[in-house]
Amino acid sequence: MVHLTADEKSLVSGLWSKVNVDEVGGEALGRLLVVYPWTQRFFDSFGDLSSPDAVMGNPKVKAHGKKVLNSFSDGLKNLDNLKGTFAKLSELHCDKLHVDPENFKLLGNVLVCVLARHFGKQFTPQAQGAFQKVVAGVANALAHKYH
Amino acid sequence: MVLSPADKTNVKTTWDKLGGHAGEYGGEALERTFTSFPTTKTYFPHFDLSPGSAQVKAHGKKVADALTTAVAHIDDLPGALSALSDLHAYKLRVDPVNFKLLSHCLLVTLACHHPAEFTPAVHASLDKFFSAVSTVLTSKYR
Repeated sequence: MVHLTADEKSLVSGLWSKVNVDEVGGEALGRLLVVYPWTQRFFDSFGDLSSPDAVMGNPKVKAHGKKVLNSFSDGLKNLDNLKGTFAKLSELHCDKLHVDPENFKLLGNVLVCVLARHFGKQFTPQAQGAFQKVVAGVANALAHKYH
Repeated sequence: MVLSPADKTNVKTTWDKLGGHAGEYGGEALERTFTSFPTTKTYFPHFDLSPGSAQVKAHGKKVADALTTAVAHIDDLPGALSALSDLHAYKLRVDPVNFKLLSHCLLVTLACHHPAEFTPAVHASLDKFFSAVSTVLTSKYR
């Protein structure tokens, strides 16, 4: 369970309402693959990931980023029950996708960097703090069903 | 993990564009670290950590100046940071996990203030650079 203060909830929902979830998803996933290239191990079928430009422009990366972030967005509506919300996805990531949960933390931090870039000074230390709690909560929820 | 020539160029170019604000960014990165990762405050019980603290700003400038030195000597980080490496190993003994937290907040600060410069390639190079600096600073821990 993520414990956000009323102010933090307000900061998160306020900023999130201005996010183009589809675009930010593609950017976050793309940057994950560029900044931490070993994460490309999960995406052999995605085609050309040979350069930052290739990754960022790759249509499969954009589509998958959109999927991931829409799912994250659902989580934001259920901050009181992230484990329940992500239970099925947690099982999927463990049993079928075999993704090390460390990757959820990496993606969470890349997402924070993308939000910082988009919002600039509006992404205050307090706003960042709130989002760090959220991404940590989502990462934990996605790891919860691992065995 | 090794800094490529392109990484070094990205870091130097970006650092040059900070326009004398590096000190201010150092302070902001520290503030972000304390806010997002409260356990990091345990290393500063002697500081006033309230928003706008002069001590945090001064310390941020110190950190930024060290990074500026590191950028200037990017081909020999162990040499340039030797004294700081000793300090962190024998006196400060900051747990290594904290370098990642501050590095992340430095990236966030730069992303906020220089969105156009903070391309994916530059993001990657800066992350590698901060990681390399962190490695040097913890290299004498044991």
